[in-house]
Amino acid sequence: MTSLVLRQVRVEYSGCAVVSSVDESLAAGEWLCLIGPNGAGKSSLLRAVAGLVKYSGEIAFDGVALDALSARELARKVAFVPQNPLLPDDMSVSEYVMLGRNPYISTFGRESVRDRGVVTALVEELSLSVYARRPLGTLSGGERQRVVIARALAQEAPVLLLDEPTSALDLGHQQHALELVDQLRRRRNLVVVSAMHDLTLAGLYSDRLLLLHQGVGVARGRAQDVLRSETLDEFYGVSARVIHEGDGTVVVVPQRSHGES
Amino acid sequence: MTTSRAFDEARGSRVRWWVLGGVSVVVVGLLGLALGPAGPAWWRVPLAVLDRLPLVSIDSGITDAQWNIVWQIRAPRVVLAALIGAMLSLAGASYQGVFRNPLVDPYLLGVAAGAGLGATVAFSVARGTTSTWPVDPVPLAAFAGGVVAVALTYTVGTAFGRSRSATTLVLAGVAVTSLATAVQTFVLQRNNDVVRQVYSWILGRLTSATWGDVRLVIPYVLVSSIILLMYRRVIDVLRVGDDEARALGVNVNRVRVVVVLAATLGTSAAVAVSGLIGFVGIIVPHAIRLLMGSSNRVVLPLSMFAGSAFLIAADIPGRLLTSPSETPIGVVTAFFGAPFFLFLLRTREARQ
Repeated sequence: MTSLVLRQVRVEYSGCAVVSSVDESLAAGEWLCLIGPNGAGKSSLLRAVAGLVKYSGEIAFDGVALDALSARELARKVAFVPQNPLLPDDMSVSEYVMLGRNPYISTFGRESVRDRGVVTALVEELSLSVYARRPLGTLSGGERQRVVIARALAQEAPVLLLDEPTSALDLGHQQHALELVDQLRRRRNLVVVSAMHDLTLAGLYSDRLLLLHQGVGVARGRAQDVLRSETLDEFYGVSARVIHEGDGTVVVVPQRSHGES
Repeated sequence: MTTSRAFDEARGSRVRWWVLGGVSVVVVGLLGLALGPAGPAWWRVPLAVLDRLPLVSIDSGITDAQWNIVWQIRAPRVVLAALIGAMLSLAGASYQGVFRNPLVDPYLLGVAAGAGLGATVAFSVARGTTSTWPVDPVPLAAFAGGVVAVALTYTVGTAFGRSRSATTLVLAGVAVTSLATAVQTFVLQRNNDVVRQVYSWILGRLTSATWGDVRLVIPYVLVSSIILLMYRRVIDVLRVGDDEARALGVNVNRVRVVVVLAATLGTSAAVAVSGLIGFVGIIVPHAIRLLMGSSNRVVLPLSMFAGSAFLIAADIPGRLLTSPSETPIGVVTAFFGAPFFLFLLRTREARQ
């Protein structure tokens, strides 16, 4: 069943199109990875879905156009993890995760027993219980990423958007974070759209890739089909070796242009 | 488990601090009633106040004349100081919250300069005859000046550029402030004789506070405070930045407009009756943040209590130090507040 649909989505900044004619449709539980060089429009497309930039065309979830929703209603449908989230140093982990419940708390209300239950359960599910009272300023990079994901999940939104979720993490924590997202989307049947720079990881975790170049989708499909050295050469301007493993994994290895082989 | 316990503990400690805040306002308030150059022995005053409560009868040994000093001269001062301290602190804390800038307060968007200009014009036009007018024009002119200045800042700051960025607004405030100050200086130059009056008004006055002032300011302070306190949870969500707050379902622009308007209205009313009492709107919320952390859900209400207690207390040395003349309260707040703040800052640095 199709749930998130993008039709002819176009984003402009002062008259200049940074995303144009993007069409996509995603089923519940599907993970789409946006790849492309810097400035290709990955973040802008994510921000359009999150309702943070104006766009033309149509973005709909389960047949409902997202731009017809109020900010609060939209936040119950779409959760967004920005590339560099702002974490107030002296806010505690549980307070921060509680911010994700904002779309369910009336403007002048306070959190209900259910809101606290959701936060408590999430903090436990993401093994953050020991940190619950710790101020955010004392957390390491990997812990911060988990906390931000917990906040996004507290929105109980069926769509999860991640902008470069692993850019600040070391190899081990990159893997942990992506494994976590993968488990969560299976458990909760989430639509996940992420922008990623690491092509190997992008191919490894997502179901499909969409390669953006100057705001236009130029290649789409499974990792084996999109990640090819000609394609990378054309759109990233890099020379890279692409290794197809027997299990379908695609490994992208950069090559030195003046190297011997 | 630990998470839900963390919520309970947070709430428990918040209630404790609110009680403490309320008690300190009452205690300082009683001190404010009891101390002064004339009037009854200080220890008789709390007894007399208790005596006035229903179902309590105590012989405090205070004469009617002495009680008049307490009730007609000191009480309005204490109540007005409490209201104004609370208002300035709450407005400052709210501004710092919605702009995510620790250095802003309503004065920055032109309230102070506008009110100063309004008062200057009123003094110049009325030439010391204001006491014979049916209504004192100075507070009205100051109020109008403050509101007009902020309205101008807001219109200018949001008219240019499609993005209503907080920085544009603050810059517009700086421009409007300079403009109003320039006009005020010009008017003052042409009317040298009112310089002294304007100057003492600018430094703040609670000296001549009457119950009429309290009645004048109370509706604005009430409306403004209720609105700001109701928004305290949402203001706290803004701590993660405009974009993320928007993604969490907050209508950021609307919250900012409402909070700025409410804080400005309350501040203009406060400035209109008390003059420009600087320092309170920035220092009090920061002192609370240093002690309690930056959660706006805690900082906003506690700033009100602390601001009340601080301004009542600051009003006391003013009447005793240079008796029988009075030291302006604006001087006292800065003179005692600044070292106290530096002390807080230092102990906090030392602890870390």
